[in-house]
Amino acid sequence: MSEANTQAQHDYAIRMINLNKWYGDFHVLKDINLDVTQGERIVICGPSGSGKSTVIRCINHLEEHQKGQIIVNGEEITGDVKQLERLRTDVGMCFQHFNLFPHLSILDNLTLAPIWVRKIPKAEAEATAMKYLERVKIPDQASKYPGQLSGGQQQRVAIARSLCMNPKIMLFDEPTSALDPEMISEVLDVMIELANEGGMTMLCVTHEMGFAKQVADRVIFMDAGQIIEENTPNEFFNNPQSERTQLFLSQIIAH
Amino acid sequence: MYVTDKILPELPAPSNSKGVVHWLKSNLFSSPVNIVFTFLGLLLLYKTLPPIIQWAFIDATWVADTREECLGEGKGACWAYIGNRFGQVMYGFYPPAEYWRPNIAGILLIALTIPLFIEKMPRKVWLGAFILLVFPFIAYYLIHGGFLGLSEVGTDKWGGLMLTLIISLVGIAAALPLGIILALGRRSEMPIIKSVCVIFIEFWRGVPLISVLFMASVMLPLFLPEGSSFDKLARAMIGIILFQAAYVAEVVRGGLQAIPKGQYEAAVAMGLSYWKSMTLIILPQALKLVIPGLVNTFIALFKDTTLVLIIGLFDLLAIIENVLGSDSSWLGFFTEGLVFAAFVFWIFCFAMSRYSMALERKLDTGHRN
Ligand SMILES: Nc1ncnc2c1ncn2[C@@H]1O[C@H](COP(=O)(O)OP(=O)(O)OP(=O)(O)O)[C@@H](O)[C@H]1O
Ligand SMILES: [Mg+2]
Repeated sequence: MSEANTQAQHDYAIRMINLNKWYGDFHVLKDINLDVTQGERIVICGPSGSGKSTVIRCINHLEEHQKGQIIVNGEEITGDVKQLERLRTDVGMCFQHFNLFPHLSILDNLTLAPIWVRKIPKAEAEATAMKYLERVKIPDQASKYPGQLSGGQQQRVAIARSLCMNPKIMLFDEPTSALDPEMISEVLDVMIELANEGGMTMLCVTHEMGFAKQVADRVIFMDAGQIIEENTPNEFFNNPQSERTQLFLSQIIAH
Repeated sequence: MYVTDKILPELPAPSNSKGVVHWLKSNLFSSPVNIVFTFLGLLLLYKTLPPIIQWAFIDATWVADTREECLGEGKGACWAYIGNRFGQVMYGFYPPAEYWRPNIAGILLIALTIPLFIEKMPRKVWLGAFILLVFPFIAYYLIHGGFLGLSEVGTDKWGGLMLTLIISLVGIAAALPLGIILALGRRSEMPIIKSVCVIFIEFWRGVPLISVLFMASVMLPLFLPEGSSFDKLARAMIGIILFQAAYVAEVVRGGLQAIPKGQYEAAVAMGLSYWKSMTLIILPQALKLVIPGLVNTFIALFKDTTLVLIIGLFDLLAIIENVLGSDSSWLGFFTEGLVFAAFVFWIFCFAMSRYSMALERKLDTGHRN
């Protein structure tokens, strides 16, 4: 940890400094401090309503924070529209409900942002898209529409869609919790592969503890809008410090 | 315990059609009440259909040069009367020697539009933009003229089906984009834009079209500087466009509200701007959802064009009702005129409704929310 603190600013992918957020009068995030170094893989867990989604949605400014700072790739998020558009091209996001574009074919879902945001020629964007569809193991579905795919396939398409933008940071918000059990592993496999490749900073909200143990550099436990505990997966699961963490882990393992 | 190694073969789905008799039995004669209604229906058809067919087709006079040929014992509808006044029905008071000009404009429009329906046609967007942005000027030059060698035919001479189509097409083509912008504005997070759009929409929805037209024709000139003449048709058109845009806006807003927030989030999360997210992701889905509502609005607009009569413009219905109706050499065939007008309106409205159904089917990508 102390080593990380001495690193230069630009070695951080994300810094959150005293981040606070309210929904109306409801104080949803309280003094969040979190530094993520380039290439680090972080798993965020915690009970429902603890503010996990809100934290990672603040990183690409889908939610606005009221106090504190968020610095992404060395740039503080101000809410300026042009800055945001630029910043978001480097920050990919996968949602719980995939949010594929149902009116576009799978291939068009993948090439849309590269063509319209990165201004990449169509043929090149399609070649890249096929490459990523192969990586998530569904190149044969390219011409179908999202409505014709299973949940697990849709989430893999969503991951490929983000990867097509070649992001430096990937955010995952419970990517497997809307899936039937037999589809969870096909999505996790893709994510594990991605994590093992290295190079990409990953923040993942998930309750898949196996995934956390296997790939995470750090596990963050949140409750009531605060970071309660932060540790290596090994320490976190085998030697949880706070009472809330212990309770949470016992509940997860119980069910 | 039960175990099987045998995987059953895939069989074709059973056919649904079980023959005419089965259909009749299950649809028309399934219960005593049903049987009674079936016979009442047949009786009604028997009483009304033959006389109508007799009047409209069998006893009808199709060609005639004078009114007298249509009169007499056992004579039915006098369609010859429409045929004799066909020029006026189609073009109003447009000089017959110049009919070729609107004809060319119409043919050009059809020729330009057909490629839009060809599946693999490249550069469709440019063609569409050409039709919307350039063609109106070509059409105006052709139909109105007044420069570059074409004699001027003022809008006061335009009429008939031509005028109905011009008002409707311009109205639809302008009200749709304006309505979409208003709908987006109404959902804007910027308070000023939002309130301007809300006030605009609620104002235009709150007044009857008749009074809009009346204001456009009688009151607007009072506010314009002395001596400036502003074409009557243009004024009516602006009134119709603003009026219909308010309705389109509300229909489109319904569609926008039905699109899950995640769609917009996914779009902007990839770095798309607000306008790109709207035009590439949100609007295509929202508009697809509201095709029935939009077509409903357009059909209403098409029929509402008949109201321009009250400000002295002679659309198809007005020509038939007021011009042909008071023509002393063909007195007494009012019914035929109205039936013909109704038929023409029905053809266009029915075509719009069929097209919208086909469009819905074509755009269906199997997504159910
Ligand atoms: N738009 C909103 N307006 C008001 N309150 C909100 C809004 N979004 C979330 N909240 C509240 O903020 C709190 C944190 O929400 P958040 O979605 O971040 O929780 P979470 O940890 O992701 O929970 P879950 O595991 O259920 O997804 C919750 O209590 C939620 O009710
Ligand atoms: Mg959440």
